[in-house]
Amino acid sequence: MSLPFSSVYPLKRARAHEVCGEGGLVFAAITAGLASGSVVWVSERWRPVVNPEGLAPYCDPGKLLLTRADTPLNVLASAETALRSGAVGLVVAELNAPIGLTEGRRLQLAAETGGTTALLLIPEGGGSNATETRWHCTGMPAFETARQNSPVSSGPTSNSPRQNDHDSTPWRWSLIKNKIGTLSDWVVRWDAAAHRVIVVSETGG
Amino acid sequence: MQRRIVSLWFPRLAAERSLRANPIDAPFALTLFDRNSERVYDLCPRAEAAGLNRGMTLVHARSFCPGLLTRPADPKADQRFLRLLARWATRYCPWVGFDGLNGLFLDITGSAHLLGGEEPLLDDIRARLARAGLSARLGLASTPGAAWALARFAEGIAQPGEILARIGPLPLPALRLADQTCTSLERLGIATVSDLYNLPRANVARRYDPEVLRRLDQALGAIPEQISPLKEDLSFAVRMTLPEPIGLLDDVMAGAERLIGHLCEQLDTAQKGARSLKLTFRRVDQENQAVELRLARPMRDGDRILALFERGVSAVDSGYGIDMIRLEATQVEELGPRQLTPSQALEKDSLADLITQLGNRIGLENILRFAPVDSHIPERSFKLVPAAYSMPVRAWPARRTRPLRLFPPEPITGSGATPPGRFRWRGRALTTLKAEGPERITPAWWEGDDDWTRGLRDYWRVATGQGQRLWLFHTPQNPGWYVQGEFG
Repeated sequence: MSLPFSSVYPLKRARAHEVCGEGGLVFAAITAGLASGSVVWVSERWRPVVNPEGLAPYCDPGKLLLTRADTPLNVLASAETALRSGAVGLVVAELNAPIGLTEGRRLQLAAETGGTTALLLIPEGGGSNATETRWHCTGMPAFETARQNSPVSSGPTSNSPRQNDHDSTPWRWSLIKNKIGTLSDWVVRWDAAAHRVIVVSETGG
Repeated sequence: MQRRIVSLWFPRLAAERSLRANPIDAPFALTLFDRNSERVYDLCPRAEAAGLNRGMTLVHARSFCPGLLTRPADPKADQRFLRLLARWATRYCPWVGFDGLNGLFLDITGSAHLLGGEEPLLDDIRARLARAGLSARLGLASTPGAAWALARFAEGIAQPGEILARIGPLPLPALRLADQTCTSLERLGIATVSDLYNLPRANVARRYDPEVLRRLDQALGAIPEQISPLKEDLSFAVRMTLPEPIGLLDDVMAGAERLIGHLCEQLDTAQKGARSLKLTFRRVDQENQAVELRLARPMRDGDRILALFERGVSAVDSGYGIDMIRLEATQVEELGPRQLTPSQALEKDSLADLITQLGNRIGLENILRFAPVDSHIPERSFKLVPAAYSMPVRAWPARRTRPLRLFPPEPITGSGATPPGRFRWRGRALTTLKAEGPERITPAWWEGDDDWTRGLRDYWRVATGQGQRLWLFHTPQNPGWYVQGEFG
């Protein structure tokens, strides 16, 4: 029996989640767009900031509170402070090195205390065991081209969401760790007009 | 109501300031290097009695008075001292202005009765200054000009309406005229103010500087003269000295809590909110430990400020104990009373507190928000503004499709006007599956951006077979291909 997408996304509140892969930034942007209230986005100072114009289809850039920390330690400390305060809906932290169990657990506890969701953008394979879920996201241009070339009669197009400039690209979102359930992966797209994630097909189970 | 102005002149301000700090029982002078030699800047009455005067060279002065003791003058410190005196003078009236380098104007209109009248007021000023070791000369009249003249040339009070009678017999310099003008008038036999007053105005106006009649009119009150008061220098600070040193965190926080309560009362009265605070602990070994707190929004809510101080205070090393705590609001802003709407206000407050907390860890200038900029150049289409000093942008302007991550252009190999079929980027071989474009963007020549020296850019959105969606551009004027962004 396959895991329903709606049971794992939107992400469970007051928990720490992780995302990696090339599409991780889009995953974070979409999650930020769906979060209620402000979003604290913690990153190190040398990292280029997200481009607000590119962010606009997914998330209102005015919601973001960019926190530019000077050291990796301060990224974690700022994320923990923001999570614990409970003043925002989501905290996104960009990490460049794997974090240990202690750090991961601290963030998890802070998220539970403040009732705030945490999303850590981690390098590939750099997750912590304390996380609630971990996602791996990649773009799927091959799928898109194949679908466009295929005749209209094929299955998913009959109830396909309406397309515009932004939501024409599907991504493969794989759940690669889930503390409370099974793993699965989905092909999803973003409907900018409806402002929601649409599952195109369930490829795994 | 008739204006009443006191002119307060300190004839030996600089010398007396120096002597107050360090008394000397000998002829004394201050010297300043001026016009290529050390010259007498200010002196005490004994030196003056020995025949010295201001402006004479020190060598010359020594020849008159071999026992002369000197110190270097410090005109800036004198100005600070005069500022102190001006603040002191606000005990007589709220309106005190500077008059040159060694005088003050006090507008005592309506406040003389508080000390029992004008005569007792002047006596009080004189007595207090004498006790402080300062000689002062006072003049009181209805105009600043007349009061100035009286202070310098005939100490006393001119009742309303008798200005001319009092200043008429005074010499011309009493009108605050330049020496040169006085000399040339004196050569015509005009020695006193009343002589000048009796001349036909038209002739004076034609032959002399307009300054002459302006000063005369100012002294007589025919044209108004303003006194600029001191800027109100509000300071919000409280302190507490303790009979026994304390060192436990709870004790220190309890002390801080009491101070914050007092400070917030002060701020509340003045309708201000603190923007940055400094909590100083003096230890018994005279070491000072300071905790600074910069707030994301002006506030005067004691409990919240205390909570924000907690982290800083816990890092303080109390050593052998703390015996004095001082709290100062180093930066304040207007903060009027506001209406409390329960949920909304609470949410905004907690966000501001979070910004403060983060700001005290990594600096308030590193908590930023996006603000749109009206520019067609992709990397200039937004700016980052400190969140503590800005409001979030509600409606972000809708623009064209742009990548989620922009970086400085990274060259790739490719030729021709359409995107290359296969290319290497960041060490990976990529194939182009689909390309949309071009979108031409011309450089903003008026901004002189180094990145844009290669001229026009034709942007393409390229989807690769490996899963990336990139933002490529081609520079047709100077052929080359670059990657500038990633759609994710």
